[in-house]
Amino acid sequence: MANFYTDNSDLRHHLTHPLMQRIVALKERDYADARKYDYAPFDFEDAMDSYEKVLEIAGEISGEIVAPNAESVDHEGPRVVDGHVEYASGTVKNLDALVKAGLMGISLPRRYNGLNFSLVPYIMAADMVSRADAGFVNIWGLQDCAETIYEFASEDQKQRYLPRVCAGETMAMDLTEPDAGSDLQSVMLKATYSEADGCWYLNGVKRFITNGDGHIALVLARSEEGTKDGRGLSMFIYDRNDGGVTVRRIENKMGIKGSPTCELVFRNAKAELCGDRKMGLIKYVMALMNGARLGIAAQSVGVSEAAYREALAYARERRQFGKAIIEFPAVSEIITMMKAKLDASRSLLYETTRFVDMYKTLEDISKERKLEKEERDEMKRYQRQADAFTPLAKGMSSEFCNQNAYDCVQVHGGSGFMKDYACERIYRDARITSIYEGTTQLQVVAAIRHVTTGTYLNMIHFYEEQPVSGDLQNLRTRLKALTALYEQAVEKVTASKDNEYIDFQARRMVEMAGHIIMSHLLILDTERNESFRTSAEVYTRYAEAEVRRNAAFIESFDINDMAYYRKN
Amino acid sequence: MSLKIVVLAKQVPDTRNVGKDAMKADGTVNRAALPAIFNPEDLNALEQALQLKEKYPGTTIKLLTMGPPRAADIIREGLFRGADGGYLLTDRAFAGADTLATSYALSCAVRKIGDFDLVIGGRQAIDGDTAQVGPQVAEKLGIPQVTYAEQIISAENGKVVVKRRLERGVETVEAPYPAVITVNGSADDCRPRNTKAIQKYKYAKTPSERQGDESAYLCTLCEERPYLNLTEWGVADVDADLSQVGLAGSPTKVKQIENVVFQAKESKTLTASDSDIEELIKELIVNHTIG
Repeated sequence: MANFYTDNSDLRHHLTHPLMQRIVALKERDYADARKYDYAPFDFEDAMDSYEKVLEIAGEISGEIVAPNAESVDHEGPRVVDGHVEYASGTVKNLDALVKAGLMGISLPRRYNGLNFSLVPYIMAADMVSRADAGFVNIWGLQDCAETIYEFASEDQKQRYLPRVCAGETMAMDLTEPDAGSDLQSVMLKATYSEADGCWYLNGVKRFITNGDGHIALVLARSEEGTKDGRGLSMFIYDRNDGGVTVRRIENKMGIKGSPTCELVFRNAKAELCGDRKMGLIKYVMALMNGARLGIAAQSVGVSEAAYREALAYARERRQFGKAIIEFPAVSEIITMMKAKLDASRSLLYETTRFVDMYKTLEDISKERKLEKEERDEMKRYQRQADAFTPLAKGMSSEFCNQNAYDCVQVHGGSGFMKDYACERIYRDARITSIYEGTTQLQVVAAIRHVTTGTYLNMIHFYEEQPVSGDLQNLRTRLKALTALYEQAVEKVTASKDNEYIDFQARRMVEMAGHIIMSHLLILDTERNESFRTSAEVYTRYAEAEVRRNAAFIESFDINDMAYYRKN
Repeated sequence: MSLKIVVLAKQVPDTRNVGKDAMKADGTVNRAALPAIFNPEDLNALEQALQLKEKYPGTTIKLLTMGPPRAADIIREGLFRGADGGYLLTDRAFAGADTLATSYALSCAVRKIGDFDLVIGGRQAIDGDTAQVGPQVAEKLGIPQVTYAEQIISAENGKVVVKRRLERGVETVEAPYPAVITVNGSADDCRPRNTKAIQKYKYAKTPSERQGDESAYLCTLCEERPYLNLTEWGVADVDADLSQVGLAGSPTKVKQIENVVFQAKESKTLTASDSDIEELIKELIVNHTIG
């Protein structure tokens, strides 16, 4: 009887972070729904109790249904039948269970039949579903797109589409095209307005679309004829019930094989404009991508968790030279590091989630009433922090997820290379996390300005000021030395005022900031919960080695050395 | 067209994951060592009821369970999965009941509920494994029964159509209702608890669970929302005859309980062909069963 919520006390630790009191009060508008809806909470304790009960349901479905189906889904995969997707049978069962449990539209307001939950329990559910099956979480997790409809669509559209998402219809975001991957400004899918019919029609091709045959899709298309860049793109809502889009093929992928990655053909597909024309890429896709990146960070953490558990179980069970292999220092170090990286990325994930939750909720409130000055300042501060932490969380956790998957196979030795153990699937599934929704390299591009403008440094100083007990101060002291190295490196690189050079060193600087921030977060976790001590100690040591490595590289590097790295 | 369904459910010790301390020295079940759960086949029964509710809007499902006060958990668990209400039969006088006394008590409660089309329960409970209670309830109510149901296909115009899972195949039968149906473990698994229902019903309690330890706000809430108050019935509430309930109404007397370790391996099926029979005879000679 596996329950992925109750078997993992780390989740409860993050759910009960002190900031939750404020987040939930804002999200619930001081519990104004309590008398209006029979499932609304009347105070903070009641809300947290509901969060836990709902997470127990999500944990049970993850452990009892989704995880046991993962292997068959990986083998069976989805198929194209008459231009539409047919999921693997296990996927159908997973989805049915989650829909019947009412785990759709978790963070949408109650007036659209959502649960109006904070983003934290939603991301936590994604964390658990990912641990169960990294491919399946994509189908379920695309309910994220509903957030974009909620934020930018008209009230009429919200009332027509959001209750459908809450009732279990799936979504897709149709952005990528054969010639527009990372560079979405090149999107060509054509949107034409028909005066006669009073609606838009879409024509063209989209590629690599996850769950491309979902019921409701957000489509990025060129609405302004003759334009070439991002300013000619608008966002559209396509309803599968209207028809006009067929699935030409499903990609044969290395991993997450249960998730249908579709090539779509739009032939006069009727669609509705979402929000304002020309704002598609500039505003809406950016919002969509930020939400999706947080989702991939959650997916990465879930896969890391699965990798860690598989490795731990195998290392305890496998005996060589008369003892369990976990008793060998070389193996136990791998396992310890896996847990430290897992804990560090999870702490960063939920810290980021809280920042996003704070600013999004305040922004939502600002549509109902004028915010007080302190609230406006607070919103701006959290928005900046969310912007800074989202690419960091996505980048670091997806890289750690890959490292953990690699180490999981390593612990299994020869058996890990065979198809007989789950670690083989985990290894393939992990690989995509550092690629889609922006590669790690693109996360660095998004993160670097928070290195140069000092957002990360300010956060590091903020963490340094949080009170902790005496013995944790020693770790803090070590981190302060690393922060000095980070500052020196940033100073040296930015002083060059050479953008190519800054880009060249960007990943090193972003990672330095990431390691220091994650160490601080683990120290704060340990202050609240002693069970994090090992990870705080281990991760800080790892951070020390990593930060010094990057600092040494930058320190001894001359700007002219870049010539060695240029390839044409 | 809507139905009124009563689901019979029992809280049982989880005998599926039995540890060393599952039995006491005297050979009785150590209930304290085993978690109390919703009897698995009763969950299959609840799922059949929920599917009928989806098929026939307006259908209502009420759970009926007999047990100690904590068996109210079973009613809540049903509410979390989509049932509309429930009744807890609890009374010291009901304690120690065998299947005869249990089915008598349940049939009294079903009569008390009165207006119903279908009574659906699991085939058997994992603690006693008798499979007697469902059929006995039908007998006592004087209504038809369909056992080993795998799927209740329809219930319209006074006729219920049921697919039964039998040892060597399936059989689809029709019966007039009101009727009692007992559901097999091979039927669809029960759906998970629902996130809205769990938030709606989490404060649902029986009067004996609500011992005045609640906040003023919760008290007001329970007044405004009658569904938060679960019905609790004793012997007198269901007009039962005291001599027919509990230990007094149970002719079954436990003489001795023995721990048995199963020796038998898996069963084996042979055809009537000469070669199969010859192989069997050889095997029996080799293991000295015959010869």
